[in-house]
Amino acid sequence: MTSPEFSPTGISFEKIDKRFGGLFALRRVSLAIQPGQCVALAGRNGSGKTTLLRIAARLVRPSAGQVSFLDKSGSESQARPVVGYVAHATMVYDELTAEENLVLFGKLEGLKDPRARASVLLEEVGLGDRRTSLVRTFSRGMRQRMAIARALLNEPSVLFFDEPATGLDPQGVNWFADRLRHLRDTGRTILMSLHGESEISALATRAIRLDAGSVIADTSAGATLRSILTFGEAR
Amino acid sequence: MSIGPNTLALLGKELQTEFRSRELLTTTGVFILMVLVLFSFTFDPTSSESRRFGPGLLWLAFLFASSLMLQPCFLREQTNDTLSSLRLAVSDPFSIFLAKLGANTLFLLFTELVMLPIFSVLYSVHVLPQIHYLLLVLFLGSLGISITGTALSAISAQARMRELLLPVLLLPLLTPILVASTEVTVGLLAPEPFMEWKGIGVLAIFDLVFLTAVWLFGEYLLEE
Repeated sequence: MTSPEFSPTGISFEKIDKRFGGLFALRRVSLAIQPGQCVALAGRNGSGKTTLLRIAARLVRPSAGQVSFLDKSGSESQARPVVGYVAHATMVYDELTAEENLVLFGKLEGLKDPRARASVLLEEVGLGDRRTSLVRTFSRGMRQRMAIARALLNEPSVLFFDEPATGLDPQGVNWFADRLRHLRDTGRTILMSLHGESEISALATRAIRLDAGSVIADTSAGATLRSILTFGEAR
Repeated sequence: MSIGPNTLALLGKELQTEFRSRELLTTTGVFILMVLVLFSFTFDPTSSESRRFGPGLLWLAFLFASSLMLQPCFLREQTNDTLSSLRLAVSDPFSIFLAKLGANTLFLLFTELVMLPIFSVLYSVHVLPQIHYLLLVLFLGSLGISITGTALSAISAQARMRELLLPVLLLPLLTPILVASTEVTVGLLAPEPFMEWKGIGVLAIFDLVFLTAVWLFGEYLLEE
């Protein structure tokens, strides 16, 4: 279902600081994420994962430093890339139906046939038979599926997932892992925050650990990658 | 996608959700009705008294009711962080503001038009002979209230004490609208009606200045 037409996009974070009042959420974070990398962000609650994702998606302005999107050659991309973002909140309207939500966002993103795209996505996330139901009648897992469908609407080249498995049942996690594998294998750049090891974290090609707003570990090696993801989780 | 189609799509969503829930229209309508009815009981207005006090009372009721209506405008977007998904989806964030502004103006105008005949009956004033001019002042006044109120709603939605902040910021800023709209309405409801064009000018300039300011700084209003 995913069209191959997208521009591979990387992300560069240069000396990012983010302060909320006197509190540093991020401190001098510098990272370069290559086009097509699937990066897992690990860290305890409050370590700065969500803030980093929101800064990357340009939803929050950093207090200092710069975020830029990079093209395949590694130079700064002039065009605004298509970004998909799944946050803690579902980012869809409770008072609209599943289909109305996706059609609205499809129109805003300039899709040629938002209704057809919405229909395909709703079938894929397993909500085809609930397309005319108001989102407020959905369970937490169904809302999460809606959030994922909304993020995938416009064939994004960059995807940010903030704990994407939240609320999903085991079948949902399997489905999402398959979908994520497909996105990774078709060259999408993925940055996702996760807790511990899972079917989803196994798909990461790189892991970064944050602690108190700073990067304390960053690796692409298999065994180290797993240890970074699980470090301190039992504490 | 350009600003026009984005604004229309979002305006459609605003109207659809409101006509499904009817929360804002009901609250605002009931509030204005209560103010008009209660004041008509507190002083038994003769026709000449109504012409003197009625317009000011009417616009005060619209003003207070608008602060009720505008409060949830951006607060609703925080429930599921839908403002973030809108900001990611639209090419120009001003379209989000324009759609909210359009919807608020329409809701306010609709409520005002429903309340106008009730005001006419309760206060024994004839509104029909000057209805075309009344519509002009209602439109410009409502537009000014909505521009300022929508911008302040975006600011106050992210602040602490947000329920108090909007009226505290909004009402002083809307003083020129209140004064100009009341003056024009007094003229239109006078025994020998006349049009106070100076007041219309003030309303038009107010709307233009605030809309330009929001267009220039609107992006920052929607940021976290």
